[in-house]
Amino acid sequence: MSSIHAHTVLIVAAILFVLGLAGALIRRNVIFMLLSIEIMLNAAGLAFVVAGARWQQPDGQIMYLFILAMAAAEVSVALALVLQIHHQHKTLDIEQLKELKD
Amino acid sequence: MEQYLYLIPALPLIGFLVLSLAGKYLSRNFIAGIGAGSVCVSALITIILGVRFLQSPPGTVYTQLLWHWFLTGHLSADLSLRIDALSLIFICIITFIGALIHIYSIAFMRNDRDYARFFASMNLFVCAMLLLVMADNLVLLYLGWEGVGLCSYLLIGFWYETPANYRAANKAFVITRIGDTAMIIGLFLIFKELGTLYIPDILIQSTQHFNSGSATITLIALLLLSGGIGKSAQLPLQTWLPDAMAGPSPVSALIHAATMVTAGVYLISRMHTIFELSPLAMHVTAVIGAVTLFMAGCSAMVQTDIKRVLAYSTISQIGYMFLAMGVGAWSAAIFHFFTHAFFKALLFLAAGAVIETLHHEHNIFKMGGLRKEMPVIYYTFTIGAAALAALPLVTAGFFSKDQILWYAWSAGGGHPALWALALSGAFITAFYSTRLILVVFWGDMKTTPGHLPSGIMTVPLIILAFFSIAGGWIEWPHNLLHISLFSEQVQQVLPVTQLKPHLPEEIVFQLIAVVVSLFGIYTGYALYYRQSELMTLWRQSANVMTVRNFLLNGWRFDQLYDTLLVRPFLFITRINKSDVTDKLYTGIADIHLQLNKLFSFFQNGSLRWYVAGVLIGILFIITLQLLL
Amino acid sequence: MPLLFYISSVIAILATIMVITRYSPVHALLYLVVSFLAIAVIFLSLGAPFAAALEVIIYAGAIMVLFLFVTMMLNLGKQTALQEKEWLQPKVWIGPSLMAFALLAEMIILLLRPESVAMPFAVVTPRQVSMSLYGEYIIAVELVGFLMMTGIVGAAHIGKHKKKNLHRFLQT
Repeated sequence: MSSIHAHTVLIVAAILFVLGLAGALIRRNVIFMLLSIEIMLNAAGLAFVVAGARWQQPDGQIMYLFILAMAAAEVSVALALVLQIHHQHKTLDIEQLKELKD
Repeated sequence: MEQYLYLIPALPLIGFLVLSLAGKYLSRNFIAGIGAGSVCVSALITIILGVRFLQSPPGTVYTQLLWHWFLTGHLSADLSLRIDALSLIFICIITFIGALIHIYSIAFMRNDRDYARFFASMNLFVCAMLLLVMADNLVLLYLGWEGVGLCSYLLIGFWYETPANYRAANKAFVITRIGDTAMIIGLFLIFKELGTLYIPDILIQSTQHFNSGSATITLIALLLLSGGIGKSAQLPLQTWLPDAMAGPSPVSALIHAATMVTAGVYLISRMHTIFELSPLAMHVTAVIGAVTLFMAGCSAMVQTDIKRVLAYSTISQIGYMFLAMGVGAWSAAIFHFFTHAFFKALLFLAAGAVIETLHHEHNIFKMGGLRKEMPVIYYTFTIGAAALAALPLVTAGFFSKDQILWYAWSAGGGHPALWALALSGAFITAFYSTRLILVVFWGDMKTTPGHLPSGIMTVPLIILAFFSIAGGWIEWPHNLLHISLFSEQVQQVLPVTQLKPHLPEEIVFQLIAVVVSLFGIYTGYALYYRQSELMTLWRQSANVMTVRNFLLNGWRFDQLYDTLLVRPFLFITRINKSDVTDKLYTGIADIHLQLNKLFSFFQNGSLRWYVAGVLIGILFIITLQLLL
Repeated sequence: MPLLFYISSVIAILATIMVITRYSPVHALLYLVVSFLAIAVIFLSLGAPFAAALEVIIYAGAIMVLFLFVTMMLNLGKQTALQEKEWLQPKVWIGPSLMAFALLAEMIILLLRPESVAMPFAVVTPRQVSMSLYGEYIIAVELVGFLMMTGIVGAAHIGKHKKKNLHRFLQT
């Protein structure tokens, strides 16, 4: 049974990351942007776990754990913000939330 | 006692700090308590100090070194206070009258939005003026001098929403600045010549270092005189004072009676040795004083704004002080300052009460008939005006002015021409004082009064009225009574007035002065109360009206300066506006504007735009890494 | 094991593509759950069972449910889907896709530069992970605790149903 190459897994992680990035760029809906960010974070976690598996160390999984915790905190705050945005502006379109301009 | 000296200026300073930092969060009663209370406590300390001073042997000087301010090369300046008889008189006036004005303001400014700001500025004003007169070196004196200028700016422009008010504030600031610049050059010269700015050293060393009448000492004296002229609103820098009426009435009272305008008098009397060494500067001081008192008096005769009448009369009365100092009658000048402070504060506060009661009416011809409506204000104002007009024997103004008139002829630097100007000034003063009383308080009522001033406003008026009468009794003419408490104190510090030989009897001059003041009062009475045909005749005559307008505009000094100085200056600046140097700076500004536009295009608030920016950045860096 | 890895990788990538192209938020969320589950299998095949369990429980379970709740609360149904359809024109997604593809290409080139290493298959057990976590990483665990705490407080505060009050400059 041939074993898995570290490169292969990293490339999968890179593909997932780039897909998340493309999603964040393409979508205008705030919820979809958040989903894309989750994808990107997850891809980064995958890369850490691969590194941990490559060197047979627990550190990779620990980093993944931290990313997980961070993602959870971020999502809870971000979703609260989404609720407020929807409540105050009646839209989730990121292009309409450009009050910084001028 | 000496260790408490610092409290006198420190208390108003603390009041200022508290009010300016926390004024927003304090209640009105608390603000009034701090604002007025700090000055009142200062006044109490001053009174205790004054009593101690009178009990101590002549020539006592209180000093207190607080800390060394700075030391560079040979120049050292300490924050140290020094009180001798001269400064003590000034401190008494500043704190005592300042305290009365503050108490009056509690009620006067009650409904103003910026109650705390008002009291904070007033406290700082008092503090700066106290520093000025208590300083033992010229650097500290200059600090107080500029502090006074700053506070006058803040207070004249107190109601800054009205354009005329802040223009008046700017005018006061800029014009006094001319004098200040001259003065600081004078200080540099003193330091260059004597190597010290410590006042007692200057007074001692200047007599040894300079010959009487040498060019340097004359220059120094004239430069110091210019500083005094600017602050004291004498010719030719007098134009700011009538406009300074834009501030609230208590401010005018404080500026005119206790602080600011008397700073020039203080400076000159403090530096008396330098002036004594330069006969020319003395003559210039006397002539400026005499001409100013006459010209300002003429303007005061025709003003219609009650506060402007008083403003011109202040210029004129300060003119008397300058005249007295110029002829060498130092103690008479300080005595006139002393009495003037009481009655001028009284007049301004009473005028403020009248204006407030008549719904901010300033025009005296729209007042009238207030005698019955506001008797307290009427009687106190009349006492003040009588003191201003130098009504013989019963008012304080008589004693001081009579001295000046006598010395204008008889003192070492006196001259019959100066005496004649001063005498005509006395006539004019009596005339416009009478006019003021008759027009404002007698005759028919033209504006119905609102609610009358409260007790907290009238009590200071009554106290001031008492001193306007009794203040003069401490110093009598030599030939009437031998009471000279005041000049005994002053002559510990200032030289005794030297008289010319072969003079006519003093009583002759006194009688002439009395007759002239009474005649002035009668003229005012005849013209304004009897409504003689002469007035109506004059009103129709074009020539008289031209003269009237000329005087009304303060001898058109504003227009003169506008044509001579402001317009050419503006012309030059307009030419200068488009030269090459400016191109550089406008170029820099333009580049920044363009950059701003560029950057604000990127900073557009679109989240996706930012994400794309980050992506492009990553791509750029990774591509670099691949290529290198 | 490699077979498991390859299959789940393909599923993960396909599901993720579906996530970023769906019009309806609920569909996208479900695809994302599929993607996360596939990644959990990848973790398992890499010998990281603890991470796999967390992926299923927290990511696919808790976080996605949170998203689902919000989507339901905001009632993002057909109308949102129609709007998304309108927004997702080719001209919108071509540019970003090209850039993302360029990034991917560069990353792959960078990854392939060094010699490829075959990974040994050995499980890193939860026991090892937790020993390390509460040993050398204890400070980081505490910091993460702070982060979670602030996250809770922030979410509770922001999510409060306040009266609509705009900044006074924005009021018309």
